[in-house]
Amino acid sequence: MNSTIKEEKPKNTISKVLEVILTMVSRPSGLIGLIILIFHVTLAITSPLYVPHDYKAIDPSLMLQPPSSEYWFGTDSLGRDVFTRTILGGRTALTVTFFGSLIALLWGGAVGIFCGLVGGKIDDVVMRIIDAFLSIPWILAMLLIVSLLGTSIIVLIPALGFFYGKGIVRVARAATHDVIAKDFIVSARARGHSNFSIIWNEILPNVRDAIMVEGAMRWSWMLLGFSSLSFLGFGVSPPTPDWGLMISNARGLMSFAYWSVLAPIFGLSSLIIGINLTADAFAKALGIDRSTKAPV
Amino acid sequence: MLILVLKRILLGLITLFIVSLITFVGVEVLPGDACTTYLEREAYGAALEACYKRLGLDIPAYERYVNWAVGVIQGDFGYSLSGEMKINDVLGPRVKNSLVLASASILIGIPIALLLGIITALWRDKLPDIIISTFTIFSMTIPEFISATLLILIVAIWLEWLPGIVIVPTGASISELLPNIILPVIAISMIMTAHMARMVRSSVIQVMSSDYVQMAILKGVPYWKMVFKHVLPNALLPAINVVALTIAWLLGGVVVTEVVFNYPGLGRLVIESISNRDLPVVQALAIILASIYVVINLIADLLTLMLNPRLKSLQIKK
Amino acid sequence: MQQVVQEIKNLSIGFTSKKGQQISILKNINTKIKKGETVGIVGESGSGKSTLALAMMGYVKHGLYTISGECLYQSNNILKMKNRELEGIRGRKIAMIPQNAGQSLTPNLKIGYQIDEALKLHTNLKKENRDNKISELLNKVRLPSPEAIAKRYPHELSGGQQQRVAVAMALAGNPDLLLLDEPTTGLDVTTQAHVLELLNFIAKDTGTSMVYVSHDLGAIAQVSDRVIVMYSGEIVLDGPVRNILKNPIHPYTYGLLKSIPKLTLSGLPDSMSGSQPQPGTIKQGCSFYVRCQFAEDKCKINSPKLEFVDEFNTSVRCFNHKKLHKQKSIDTSSSKQLINKIQKNEILDISSVSISYAKQKFLEQLLNKIDDSNPTVKDININIDKGETLALVGESGSGKSTILKSIAGLIKTKDGTIKFDKKKILSNDLKKRDANNLRAIQLIFQNPDESLNPNHTVEEIVSQPLKLYFGLTGEELKQKIIEVLEKVRLGEFYLTRYPRQLSGGEKQRVAVARAFAAKPDIILCDEVTSALDVSVQAAVLNLLQELKEDFGTTYIFVSHDLAVVRAISDRVAVLYQGRLCEIGPSDSVYKFPSHPYTEVLLGAVLEPDPDVKPKLVAEDIVEEKPPEKGCSFQGRCPRILGEICKTNVPPWQIDENGNAIRCHIKINDLKKQQKLN
Repeated sequence: MNSTIKEEKPKNTISKVLEVILTMVSRPSGLIGLIILIFHVTLAITSPLYVPHDYKAIDPSLMLQPPSSEYWFGTDSLGRDVFTRTILGGRTALTVTFFGSLIALLWGGAVGIFCGLVGGKIDDVVMRIIDAFLSIPWILAMLLIVSLLGTSIIVLIPALGFFYGKGIVRVARAATHDVIAKDFIVSARARGHSNFSIIWNEILPNVRDAIMVEGAMRWSWMLLGFSSLSFLGFGVSPPTPDWGLMISNARGLMSFAYWSVLAPIFGLSSLIIGINLTADAFAKALGIDRSTKAPV
Repeated sequence: MLILVLKRILLGLITLFIVSLITFVGVEVLPGDACTTYLEREAYGAALEACYKRLGLDIPAYERYVNWAVGVIQGDFGYSLSGEMKINDVLGPRVKNSLVLASASILIGIPIALLLGIITALWRDKLPDIIISTFTIFSMTIPEFISATLLILIVAIWLEWLPGIVIVPTGASISELLPNIILPVIAISMIMTAHMARMVRSSVIQVMSSDYVQMAILKGVPYWKMVFKHVLPNALLPAINVVALTIAWLLGGVVVTEVVFNYPGLGRLVIESISNRDLPVVQALAIILASIYVVINLIADLLTLMLNPRLKSLQIKK
Repeated sequence: MQQVVQEIKNLSIGFTSKKGQQISILKNINTKIKKGETVGIVGESGSGKSTLALAMMGYVKHGLYTISGECLYQSNNILKMKNRELEGIRGRKIAMIPQNAGQSLTPNLKIGYQIDEALKLHTNLKKENRDNKISELLNKVRLPSPEAIAKRYPHELSGGQQQRVAVAMALAGNPDLLLLDEPTTGLDVTTQAHVLELLNFIAKDTGTSMVYVSHDLGAIAQVSDRVIVMYSGEIVLDGPVRNILKNPIHPYTYGLLKSIPKLTLSGLPDSMSGSQPQPGTIKQGCSFYVRCQFAEDKCKINSPKLEFVDEFNTSVRCFNHKKLHKQKSIDTSSSKQLINKIQKNEILDISSVSISYAKQKFLEQLLNKIDDSNPTVKDININIDKGETLALVGESGSGKSTILKSIAGLIKTKDGTIKFDKKKILSNDLKKRDANNLRAIQLIFQNPDESLNPNHTVEEIVSQPLKLYFGLTGEELKQKIIEVLEKVRLGEFYLTRYPRQLSGGEKQRVAVARAFAAKPDIILCDEVTSALDVSVQAAVLNLLQELKEDFGTTYIFVSHDLAVVRAISDRVAVLYQGRLCEIGPSDSVYKFPSHPYTEVLLGAVLEPDPDVKPKLVAEDIVEEKPPEKGCSFQGRCPRILGEICKTNVPPWQIDENGNAIRCHIKINDLKKQQKLN
């Protein structure tokens, strides 16, 4: 009888995580994405230790210098080193969006599982309210909040987390809906397990993957949204270097100082692509197709 | 069927009602009211009183909400704070300009997205798919303000083919606008097209692996006939709703793009009114944008209802 | 010499595994399909039978490819044809009738259009002639009012109707060869019997050759002239239907036939150990070696060839087939009789139970009242003794699973009470039942893929009831889990495995272990064997019986398969549209006289014997709702008396064997009428 069993070793959590990572890097796109992401994270953590210049040192005599051996990416309109500002420019964005997506993941997952589980009238009402929030364009809502409450991280992280959690609610709810119809849930209910035990032991392990993939996707979109805010002047306050803000400031001068706009564009684009490729590979490694979802 | 349609419309109206409540309460709860925020340091004495009077802030909140809501239903958003102008007069031309921009993007984006999605699905994992899919991943991930900035840099500044910044007045006619919107339309539709193309691709692939497509092949139906008769109608039906959501999402991108190109539409008005703390205008904008969202989703729902044979027969039975 | 329609030469089809190995799903298939002949291809899931059928149309699924060999149609290899050439053959020369017609008809196109499409492609008829032809075809497959059907969408038809439409569509091109891939699987017994009868008629009427692929030997026996038995991608037996089914000279077929429960025999069938090997795992020797009771050492190393045996006109792939010649024929084989110690001690009392699926209105929800004068399940009165096995049988929609769920507390009853152990009334609200009552009643489900959490190991799955009811932890818990697993013949090394690493039979054993871990008094079995292969089904039935004999558990066993019910149950209750028709000891229910519905059901059962034909007494109409008044079976009853059946609920009548029937016809009259037939 043993010959018929697929020989697959039992796994613990660590080896499961390892296996997912291995599957992710087995595709070239996943490998590239992960390398870019790790590069950016490392840069964000360590860059203050080795930046060549002071990011806020203003020197009118150095205004709009083209790239040179001293100033690799040239200087901006205030004479600040673009290279220094570029390698520092992702720190706020990464921090805010990482914690923002974490918040989105937690509240979205919790509400989604709850709605999927209770169903009926309560589910209808909650989803209708969420739908209403969804119908206010996120950018309008964010701008309003930020303009009234300020642009500190304490405001930005929960606000972004809240607005980007709506999509996670939908995914978590749909996944829960699929699972609760299954006989193993019926079986647990018939045995008389408590609701908490059913959610924790039976539902969560089966919806976890879908929610995590969705969270990874939200991260890249949130980064997109956050940089848009910055670009519009409602994100990070100067003189803290930030790509969105740098692009916005350098934009008017790009007809004769294109380097000051290309450097932050390169920084931001590579990070977003890195996160996106990673999220894509993550989804594929867990067997979830992410292209069917709308970016809401 | 009629009941189903009415139900959808009613749900849409309920959503709008909740939106109006949210924006109203939101503005109410946030620190400072419209007048103190707007007048800032001059918010005392007679100026404040006058402002309160003008906006009707001297009466209780729920009464104000009712007055405001009645006005909105009649199409009157009241007065803006800054120019003492009627909000309707401020909004009118802006709405038109933004609609021109958005509908041009949608009209160009949807057919291209369908085409790309179908091509990538039918040539799955072959060269056309690999090239287009790589392209869609990139254009999907680059924010509008970056692609817009790059477009200006390359097309307008380096190549000098098209004007980079829109310099038409707010009240310009459509024919005056058209040459100016080419670059903004490209910037807006890139992300949207990429998203929709990927969606269409996976939907087509899913239908291609269904039992009934296998059956059509085994029946001897020629390939292209199978694609058009058996695959596409079934693959595109579920796509309608997702396309609607994508279009709604595009509204955010419109705001940013309008700012980059200095385009006189709703998007720039959003930024201006928020910078000026002109809360009545912000409220009006929220309602208008939310209505657009609700209407687009309603259209998608109704289209799905009309095209889906399962729901069609529901009406016969009931 | 008959004309050959299709010849398959040395065909192997396979895929390349992730490790780069070439793995065959079909190995060196050789056979010929002759004109006018119906060939049954039988095998369990994974035997490669569907891949073979599709290859006969030149279709190879995504990921698979032809390793060697050819499929010749009129001496052209269709596996090498261009799409353009294939389009001229598919539907016109060779047509397919798929397994699940509901999913194989394009949902957005009307029935008429889909048949018209085939006509346009494969005939030269003009528009108005085609319209007539559509009606003619729908008429031929015996669909009522063809014009109306043609205007409908696929989802507006019942399963049986959809299958008939698929047949009509296949006939549109007037093909030389019809391929049928499990065409009746998933249909109700009576519908299945009707569809098979139709196929037989069409085979005779049109002279078309047919290839009938199925896992069901009963269906194969009814339609085939010749039978091919497949195991692990190989043909192991190929010969005339009577020789194959009455004198199976291959050990697999022999075991398979012995493991099928039969209507005429009470008691459990013999089981076959193990399950079919995964593709690519057998490196040398006979692929059936590990499960074969006649195996010798040479079978382990050498692969037997398909050899022709003149005496039986049959080809067989076995070194030892001569030994099997001497075995007695299948029917006299002894079965294991049930020894149930039934105490005349009522353990469960279901009285006047009704269950409604009607949606509660808001006010009723508040008052916790259900207002439904015509509930889905009504008037159920059953007493179950300790240690007994009671079976509930009926077609889909008969309410058998609903009753089971209400006993478990998963569905609220509308009226009536369920009493456990004489005095304890079981609340209809699961949350109000105490732990001991919850423990006493355990469920086993149809599909172990759905009833086992895919993210839990076997250890976690079996530990659930032990932790919940007995509060076991640590070493004690582990010992108990191992003990329970031993009871279902699973070793300790299964503890760390996930369900996806187990075969279908092993998964169901885990589900059985989980149920028994709670030390229940009653186990509710919901179609527990219908997702399993036949050879595995017998093993699970035997296991359930052994456990019951050990623990004295009471079973309530729900199944649509009347032969399985016959094998395992002491008493049978027959349900139609949520109402009881008949209840009595198995032996007497399966003997006539019986309720007209039981008669219809029993008549439609397909025995794996070409000489036992099903009796088709009633139309296979699908009723959506039970009738408001009168007898529940009035709509389909072949013996309907008249007005009384439509107005009055029939009375219970009990015969001398203790068999109770609910019918207006006097039991002695029924006896006479049924004897006449």
